Order: sequence, then structure tokens, then C-alpha cells
Amino acid sequence: MDPMPDIPATFRSEQPARVVRVLSDDGTLDPRHDPRLSESEVLEIYRWMVTTRQLDERLVALQRQGRIGFHVGSLGEEAAIIGAAFAMRTRDWLFPCYREFGAALMRGLPLQTFVDNMFGNANDTVRGRQMPNHSTHRASGWASVSSPVGTQITQAVGFSWGAKIDGKDVASLVYFGDGATSSTDFHSGMNFAGVFKVPVVFLCRNNGWAISVPVERQTATRTFAEKGPAYGIPGVRVDGNDVFAVVSVVREAVRRGEQGLGPTLVEAITYRMGGHSTSDDPNRYRATDELKPWAERDPLERLRHYLERRVWWDDRKEQALIADIDQRFRAAVAAAEKAPPPALETLFEDVYEKPPWHLQEQRVELLRGVRAPSSHS
Amino acid sequence: MPQMNMVQAVNEALRSAMRRDKRVVVLGEDVGKVGGVFRVTAGLSEEFGEERVIDTPLSENGIVGCAVGMALYGMVPVVEIQFSDFIWPAYDQIVNELAKYRYRSGGEYPAKLVIRTPVGGGIKGGHYHSQHPEAAFIHVAGLKVVCPSNPYDAKGLLLASIQDPDPVLFFEPKRVYRAAKGEVPEHDYLVPLESAKVVRPGRHVTVLAYGAMLYEALDAAAKAAEKGVEAEVLDLRTLWPVDIAAIVTSVKHTGRLVVVHEAPRTCGFGAELVSLVVERCFYHLEAPPVRVTGFDTPFPYTLEMEYMPLSHRILPALLDCAKS
Repeated sequence: MDPMPDIPATFRSEQPARVVRVLSDDGTLDPRHDPRLSESEVLEIYRWMVTTRQLDERLVALQRQGRIGFHVGSLGEEAAIIGAAFAMRTRDWLFPCYREFGAALMRGLPLQTFVDNMFGNANDTVRGRQMPNHSTHRASGWASVSSPVGTQITQAVGFSWGAKIDGKDVASLVYFGDGATSSTDFHSGMNFAGVFKVPVVFLCRNNGWAISVPVERQTATRTFAEKGPAYGIPGVRVDGNDVFAVVSVVREAVRRGEQGLGPTLVEAITYRMGGHSTSDDPNRYRATDELKPWAERDPLERLRHYLERRVWWDDRKEQALIADIDQRFRAAVAAAEKAPPPALETLFEDVYEKPPWHLQEQRVELLRGVRAPSSHS
Repeated sequence: MPQMNMVQAVNEALRSAMRRDKRVVVLGEDVGKVGGVFRVTAGLSEEFGEERVIDTPLSENGIVGCAVGMALYGMVPVVEIQFSDFIWPAYDQIVNELAKYRYRSGGEYPAKLVIRTPVGGGIKGGHYHSQHPEAAFIHVAGLKVVCPSNPYDAKGLLLASIQDPDPVLFFEPKRVYRAAKGEVPEHDYLVPLESAKVVRPGRHVTVLAYGAMLYEALDAAAKAAEKGVEAEVLDLRTLWPVDIAAIVTSVKHTGRLVVVHEAPRTCGFGAELVSLVVERCFYHLEAPPVRVTGFDTPFPYTLEMEYMPLSHRILPALLDCAKS
């Protein structure tokens, strides 16, 4: 039976776009989309993907031990996150959601600064004002993380639009999850970027889940990529666990921006292998069986298979890398745990450039007042 | 010195800021060729081009979200929200993003921009063209809120708002957009934020007002004077941070307080002003402070003049307060 008998067939959308994939199961690269990365480039990407996963595991452990309050990780999504960031130029800017700390580190966020943010201590550059994983790093073109899932989307558009008005070629990469495609800012950001041809790469990490809600509850469309054409923006689907494909597609999106063709929507198909965050228990809403096919498509395993085939990597190098990450992370955590909490006065700084009279009064009230019980644990 | 109305004065300030600093851009709905539905941006598109005077799609959320991004880049966006009644789709971007960027980034990203928007009733606009939503923004840590009442202040306060390092909500009282006229210097000048102005000195009762209601307060004060009550009327000009010193000085002098605003009473700005005065001037007060405000109803169309705290409602409140 025809489900839409009144609508002429020519009005119906076409079949979903093919998923761009470069790295095949046998470890070879499809020459049509091969980004032709050098050995050192591939190794750099691999090291950051391993670093991201290693830190994820260690941060979850720290949270379980009660040493940090929270962690929101990227288990299984490392290729989409690192690959997209790698494809951007140094002068471009990244607007994170909250699951992309690996990209920040690769762009230049020092490990110690990241770990201080996880602890919210006196050395935290955001002065303990935000939850863990809510970093800021202007020096590496990393905007500030907030918890609402889509608000960074319009901001990324405005940023590159501002650059365009200023006559500069600066693209933005904005990360968001499948859930954020339901937000107002996704619609506004896509619409404004389409109308004003702003060089933005909209990177939708379709990881299957928005906390407990599956993609079928976010959209009735078959793909997220097909939302693009409604805004006059091409939508591309890419295997988000294939870092070569991600680099290739995002580079092409940057090139489109450079040529004045405006934005691109990239749907990176991947899977959230962990919970939404350390506060979540995915066993309440998804069967463990569901992870199996995705575990077989693990982005690190696939890349490592390629590296070994090229004889660019081996167990010894892997062990050395992990030992190095472990040693640097332990040192950073030790330093972070030694640092005191932010000074009380910092509560009132940066609300405005200079504290107005009411904040000056309230600062005195706090400083003269009684301290909260175990307020900094 | 040329005579101007508020529309012309705001236009002058925008033009001057855009001439001086090419980072200043204007964006909003209909701000380009038509010059805004109130013509506040008239002629700017011709002088500065479509790249800097931007007609946007109809999405307040998109306008403010993009403006925040532009500000992060280093532009100085001056957003127009066509009517303040339409600002709510942008509230998340204003409250959670714009107002918090400096704080949450440890000072790395001051997201500096100005949002201009016409406010208030008395123009037969009904609920969706008449609201006066200052309280919802004063309540938000990180924002400054300005509301001029006359052309001179409008130009000086807007230039000061554009220069100010913090995000500013700039509320323009549309009922007096063209009715309020006055001399406005051609050169640039600043009216400092956080400075109220005594517009009518008096010794019996202090009246705090702003925007279009200032004129109602002044009318009531003139009528009260005929009955021997001398009201001191303050135009707050900047609502937050409010000029607390000027308010305290006046109330300590008069011992009585009447606050006037168009917005609904409950949790309105008057509630904060009365609290501030009671905390600071309790022993100087000789009568309970009084609020003359809009009612706690949606803004009505036909009965708008009954809803608004006009002179006929301010006068009895003022006389009662002065005599009690």
C-alpha cells in the first residue's frame, strides 16, 4: 500500500545519501575519498584518539572513587571528535558541545588545565564555576562549553559570520549530538548559516542516544543529514568510526566554505558506548547486545588495524604511549588535588568586568559570614 | 543645538558608533531598507551597507545566538528586537549564554553586545506589542539594563551602552519615541550608566520612575504641588545596576517613597526598589512605601489606559503617601 497516496512520487525525498566510508574492513583505503594523510598525520590522530580513550577511562575511575564529581565521556566517538578537529585549519574555531575534550587537548588545551577544570580548583581557568568537562581555551580557538545542547550552534554561525564581515577566512566547526537537532538553535543556526552562506561545519555526532531517548524520538526523518537541504545546506553522511572518512568529509566542508559556498551539515554515524555521563545508567534503557555490532566497529581498533598493516605501529609503541599518558595524567591529578579551591572572592569576579555596588556588598557579606559546612568537597 | 525626538536620537547614536568603529554592526528584523518598524535604523543601511546593517530571518533566538557568536569573534553587535514582547525565544541565549560567558569562561570571553528593544504600552498594541519586561532581565546575573526617557539621555546612554564592557539590554519606551523631544548635541557624549537624575526636586515624597512613566509621574507631581505636596521625581535611567546612592539620598530627605512602573506588580522591579530602600532607609521612612504599577494581568488591548499606572493613579498614591 502506498503510504502517501495523495503526494505525487516526484515530491518525495530521495533515498538517503550513501554513507561515506574510506577505511574498509581489510584495512585498505577507498581512493575516492582518501584524505591522503601522511604517516605522521595518521599517527598524530591515533595518539589523540588513544589519549582521549585512556583519559576517559581514568576520569570515570576518578569519579567512581569520589575524587571528581562528574565526567561526560566520548567512548566510541573518538574518530568523529578527533577527526573533525584535525580537519580544521589552525585559524578556524571550534564550538564544542560537552563531549569533545579530546579535540580541545589536540588543539592545545594543556592537560594540566584540563584536569584542573575537572577538579574545579584554584588553578581552573574557569575558576571552579562550571561542572567538569566545561572547559574554555581561547588560545586554541576553543569556545566555552555550556550544558544546554544546542546553544553553541548559533554562536558558531555568528562567529564565522563576524569573521566574514571582517573580511577574514575563518571557519567554525560546531559539535552537537543527535538530540540537539531538535533544539531551536539547530534550526536557527542552520537557517542563518544557509541564508548568509557562513563557512560553518555542522558536525552532528549521531551516537544513537540523547541520554535515554533513541534517535527515533528525535526525528521522523530517516537521517539527520537530510535536514540540510531544507536549509539550502548539503547534508553528508559519514561513517563516524572511520577517521579517514571524517577527515575527508570535514576537509571538503572547509573547502566549500573557503570557496564562498557556505555551510555543510555532516552527520557522523557513531555510537555512544558509555552512559550519557557518570550520572547515567544505560542498563535501564538499552540492552548490552546493542553494543556488540558497534564494538566490532570500534574506531580505535579499526585505525590500529590499518596502522599495523602499514607497519607504522606495534604493541611496544602502544604500551609506551599508554605509559606516557598514565604518567602525565597521574602527575596532573596529583597537582590538581593539591591545589586549593578557588578563593571566595572569585565568586563575584567576572560577573561584570568590574563588580557593581551590589556585588561588592554581597562579597563583604560572604567574606564576613559563616562558612558553609564541607563546602568544597 | 538641534531638536530631536527619541527615534532620531537613537539613530544618531547608532550612526555615530558605526562611523567610529567598524566592528559595530546592527542586526534585526526589518532594520535594513525600511529602517525598522519604528524607523530607528533609517538610513543606516544606505550609509554602512547590508553587511553591517543586517535584515535577519524572523528568529529572535537566531539573532541573539548569532550576535553572541559575532561578539566572541570581536564584533560589537547592536541587536534590535522588534518589540520586547518577542524577545522570549532569545531568553535562553541571553540568560544562559550572553550573561554568563564572561563568568563561565573565567574572563576569557566577554560577550559584549547591546540589545535594543521598544517597550511599554499606550500605543494600542495589545499583549504582544506592549510588555515592559525589565524585571526578567534585572534578575539575571551579568546583564545591565537601561531605559532612557528622553532624546538627550537616549543618545548618551546608548553610546555609553555600546562602549560599556558588559552586555546591555536597552529598553526604548515606544510611547514617547516621537512625543519626547528635546535638544540633542550633534557631537558624541556619554550619559554614564548607573546614574539616576533628579528631574523635579521636592521635599515631601520621592517618586522613582523611568521610561514613558516618568512623564506620568511628573504630571502627577505637578498636580500634587497644586495641593501643597512637593514630590521629588527621579528618572532612574539605568535600571540595573541602579543608582542606589541617589535613591537613598532622596528618600532620606523626603522620608516617603512611591515607585511607578508599567510592568506587573508581583516581583516587578518596584519590589526590589522598595526592598532596597527599606533595608537602607527604614528609620527614615515615615509612611509605608507604595507601588503604582501595571496589574498582575496580561496587558489588555481595549482597557490599556486603565491598566497602565498613569498620572490619575499616581496622584492619589502620592498624596496618600505624603499625608499618611
